[in-house]
Amino acid sequence: MRFRAKIVDLACLNHFSRIINTIAKLAKTCILRLTVCKLYFILSDKVANGGASMWCELSQGNFFDEFQMEGVAAEHNEIYLELVPENLSRALKTAQNAKAVKIKLTNKHCPCLSVAVELPSLSSSSRIVTHDIPVGVIPRRMWNDFREPSVPDFDVSIYLPALKTMKSVVERMKNLSNLIVIEANLSGEMNLKIETDLVAVTTHFKDLGNPPWASEDGCESNTQDRDLESMAEACIDIKKLLQLLAGQQVNPTKALCNIVHKRIVHFILLHEEVSLQYFIPAIA
Amino acid sequence: MKCVIAGGNVKVLGRAVHSLSRIGDELYLEPTEGGLSLRAVNSSRSAFASFLFAPLFFQLYEPGSTGPDTELFRCKVHMKSFLGIFRSLPSLEKSVGKCLILLKPRASRLVLQLHCKYGVTKTHNLAFQECERLQAVFDTQRCASRLCAPARVLAEAVVHFPLTLAEVTLGTGPGGKIGLRNYVEEEAGESCRVRGLPPTLGCPSAPHPPRFPPPELSKTMVTELWLAEDEFQSVAMAPGSHITFCLKEFRGLLSFAEASNLPLTIHFDEPGRPVIFTLDDTVLEVHLVLATLSDLESNSQSPSTNGVSHLPAPSDDFPDDLESYMVAMETSEGGLEGPPSPTFPLRTPRPAESQPEEEEEEEEEGAVPGTPPHKKFRSLFFGSVMTPGRPGPATSQEVLAEDSDGES
Repeated sequence: MRFRAKIVDLACLNHFSRIINTIAKLAKTCILRLTVCKLYFILSDKVANGGASMWCELSQGNFFDEFQMEGVAAEHNEIYLELVPENLSRALKTAQNAKAVKIKLTNKHCPCLSVAVELPSLSSSSRIVTHDIPVGVIPRRMWNDFREPSVPDFDVSIYLPALKTMKSVVERMKNLSNLIVIEANLSGEMNLKIETDLVAVTTHFKDLGNPPWASEDGCESNTQDRDLESMAEACIDIKKLLQLLAGQQVNPTKALCNIVHKRIVHFILLHEEVSLQYFIPAIA
Repeated sequence: MKCVIAGGNVKVLGRAVHSLSRIGDELYLEPTEGGLSLRAVNSSRSAFASFLFAPLFFQLYEPGSTGPDTELFRCKVHMKSFLGIFRSLPSLEKSVGKCLILLKPRASRLVLQLHCKYGVTKTHNLAFQECERLQAVFDTQRCASRLCAPARVLAEAVVHFPLTLAEVTLGTGPGGKIGLRNYVEEEAGESCRVRGLPPTLGCPSAPHPPRFPPPELSKTMVTELWLAEDEFQSVAMAPGSHITFCLKEFRGLLSFAEASNLPLTIHFDEPGRPVIFTLDDTVLEVHLVLATLSDLESNSQSPSTNGVSHLPAPSDDFPDDLESYMVAMETSEGGLEGPPSPTFPLRTPRPAESQPEEEEEEEEEGAVPGTPPHKKFRSLFFGSVMTPGRPGPATSQEVLAEDSDGES
């Protein structure tokens, strides 16, 4: 089982760092799945995570100049690692003007992801900083726990408002309540509501637009028959929502959410080279 | 004592106070004929800093009258109060033209007066306590190794380590490179950072905290940085030498050095003997003395294994052999536990013997306090009458004998 990768382009490095920073805000520990073409950051919906789960997918070709991996076996050419993304984020933080960054899977005192940053210096040789991030190798028999979640059978799908705006609204609401209700309809309207004994606050967003979803079997999706004005809602933990919004450092190309009435909210954030899905279950 | 600091030097004084505030809770002021000395020591007596401002630094410097029998007055004040006056360095620079420091022993007050723009004068009256001379025992001449580098290089090196990191190891490596590595406590079979609790006053030291088998991921990230010799202004290091010290106190001095654009010299000897950081200028002399971790095993280990306890060599080819690891994992029952394979030796530091040297100008009285065994960072270099040190915040081993004379 081997993994070696190298980034030399500063823009790619910056972009990759930003993605890792976002992941670090969403999960304390997560799974990194490496395949020949892609990297995945996965958080499964265990109770320890508060039921929230995450699936982030990026194409390695968009970031790495060199990328070689050999999985556990020929027919299972993948590697699953458990790591603390905050460590990776910290390792990359001071690499912003690096000449090159190499990442390797090594086994020093335990399996580690070794990040070697080559920094420019005034002397004849560059400075090398290495960070050994301890990782846990996930055995093959547990890989099934980390399959890609399917898009739920949602009631409403709607584009999100500007994330910055949404974040500042939710930030203020967090001071008043632990739970927030997201509701939306197929007419492009979304409301964020909180309600406590003393106060109820609602923020209304209009004209957001609803993304068109084609159903797999060619029929119209089941939202076709739905009343356009009727709201689907879910009451979720406000902190989880804020973690998602606060972690976004760059505006995504597309941001939308799918609401299954009183069950779950599924957020999809798409950038050019990376897609992030985050599921927050509704609290009864 | 009376002195006046003018212009840009007020900010320098402010920065010095900020640096000292990273060390201890009390600021010791000692006017001497050679200048005004500001000093601080931390509670575990494992860090000491002194800033000596020569008379030239001041617009006016009167240390006070000394008779044949009287000493110059010295005192200590609460660091917080003193720091509060110099809290905001940018506003010091912008609005303060002059700073007057006046020590009034009979009135029991230390007066600091800031003369600011627009005729505003801020006067602070601080309470002080008389004290003994605070002096660490150290001698840079006796240090086998010495490194001198522009502060910027060291600041750039230290930035890669997290702010919460306690200890860092500085040492030589192959190719004459000089490396910094965060120090991680490791015991065979378990790899979590255990931070012992400092004992509370009058109580026996806390027993070794119970260890729970840690999940794999509680192992800490290890960061290592290698600098080429030519980044330093001068290098005189014995090959294979290394020392481990606290980063937190060093950072305080580093930011002062960076702001003053002065080169920093690091003097050190064997592990266990203090490391001394110095900054020199025509009007200013700064010393920071930190206790270092000693190597228990370096005496008892055979020479062949001795090298393991030093900084591992930097290599581009990390061992890639996870195959054996994977095999072991696939065959083990349940869980993510792999075979434990520590490559760090079991290192239980033991403090070096105390060898306080009396220097001629020292005025200590009283016996050197007995050395309690099994403490990590210990005050090796205080021979004064001050109460003996308590263990520092770093991991404490099981203490077999507690302080016989704790603070009352």
